Amino acid sequence: MTNKEKYVNAFTETFDITEEETQGLQYSGIAAWDSVGHMSLVAALEDAFDIMMDTDDIIDFSSFEKGMEILSEKYDVEF
Amino acid sequence: MNFEDMLQTSPYSLDKEEKGRFLTERLGELTEKHRESCPQYRNMLESAGYDSQKLCSYKELPFLPVRLFKELELRSVPKEEVVKTMTSSGTTGQAVSKIYLDRVTSANQQKVMVKIVSDFTGSSRMPMIILDCPSVVKNRQMFSARGAGILGFSIFGAKRIYALDDDMKLDVDGLKAFLEKYQGQRIFLFGFTFMIWQHFYKELVRLKEEGITFDLSEGVLIHGGGWKKLINEAVSPQEFGQRLQEVCGLRHVHDYYGMVEQTGCIYMECECGHLHASNFSDVIVRRPLDFAECEMGEKGIIQVVSTLPESYPGHSLLTEDEGVVLGEDDCPCGRKGKYFKVIGRLKNAEIRGCSDTYAEKFR
Repeated sequence: MTNKEKYVNAFTETFDITEEETQGLQYSGIAAWDSVGHMSLVAALEDAFDIMMDTDDIIDFSSFEKGMEILSEKYDVEF
Repeated sequence: MNFEDMLQTSPYSLDKEEKGRFLTERLGELTEKHRESCPQYRNMLESAGYDSQKLCSYKELPFLPVRLFKELELRSVPKEEVVKTMTSSGTTGQAVSKIYLDRVTSANQQKVMVKIVSDFTGSSRMPMIILDCPSVVKNRQMFSARGAGILGFSIFGAKRIYALDDDMKLDVDGLKAFLEKYQGQRIFLFGFTFMIWQHFYKELVRLKEEGITFDLSEGVLIHGGGWKKLINEAVSPQEFGQRLQEVCGLRHVHDYYGMVEQTGCIYMECECGHLHASNFSDVIVRRPLDFAECEMGEKGIIQVVSTLPESYPGHSLLTEDEGVVLGEDDCPCGRKGKYFKVIGRLKNAEIRGCSDTYAEKFR
């Protein structure tokens, strides 16, 4: 599985949505991505990439695209 | 310094003068914002004769009784912008407060809370034991104060486990396995004071008699939600800490004071046993007769101000708690700002606080 696939998977499985729906998705844009969902998403991403995110990055993680930016810039995940 | 700059600053850095300037400016702006957007609030300001031109200090701002959020639906944003509604913990039959959060306020609450807590725990995330049951965070549209507290602190947990099941029974095997897995690492524990005492401490004592022990000497515990019930059981904060250390080696214990009406701005207990106000909020203790500010060391009613509420007019509130300011800018722990002590609930005030309302069941 590529990193992009792993990344998309974390979203589709945590929020029970399709791959198309991940595009442009924003925090609290859907009911499932609320503060509870957010922590589940973080857990899923941390497991998928074997990383531990900083609290600041968890807070800044505000959209599907922003998350990719954070993971590639700070956690050496190449997409 | 504006609010955005403050989010980049260490949370206990401002001395009395700097903080006074920051709070007066920011809280004055919030007052104007809520006056414009919340008609009930505007009416209250008018009947209080508030004049923004004459405002010299945030201490002169009108304050609303916290109870008002139970009686009125106070919002400064359109319904569509509300992303989360938080409710106070209430005992059965009590009305609950409803606090409406928009995206900005909700995000700022989390940011500020992380800044404050990191000052005590460090910013690295740790394996986390939640001393409560998982069902508290089930209803995601409507957050109880208890659920919100757990969720807010969960950001510090790298891996999380609930120590209690939904019948409030300690999950002994789960806890053992978790501690074995993360042996040697610092462990973060969070819970509400009474639940910890009733369902964790007492159970650990019982288990110890059976020869089952837990080593939490590498743990740091943050707890809050009220002491009322424990004071009735004659358990002081000092004793609470001592007894936990005796039974499981836990040495780092921090109480906090906070309320759902001003989520994010919590008042953490430092190493010297004092509750501290951060740059983002303040406490003003007032005399019950004329609401004049008390002298340092004088007991009175606690008013809390917070720079966070943008979606509801809760930036200046009179609580139903009694307290006393112990000092300002000179706590031996090195943090600036006021430090204080909460004495308890005012007589005839309703019971509130996550820990206290739960404890009502054990009367």
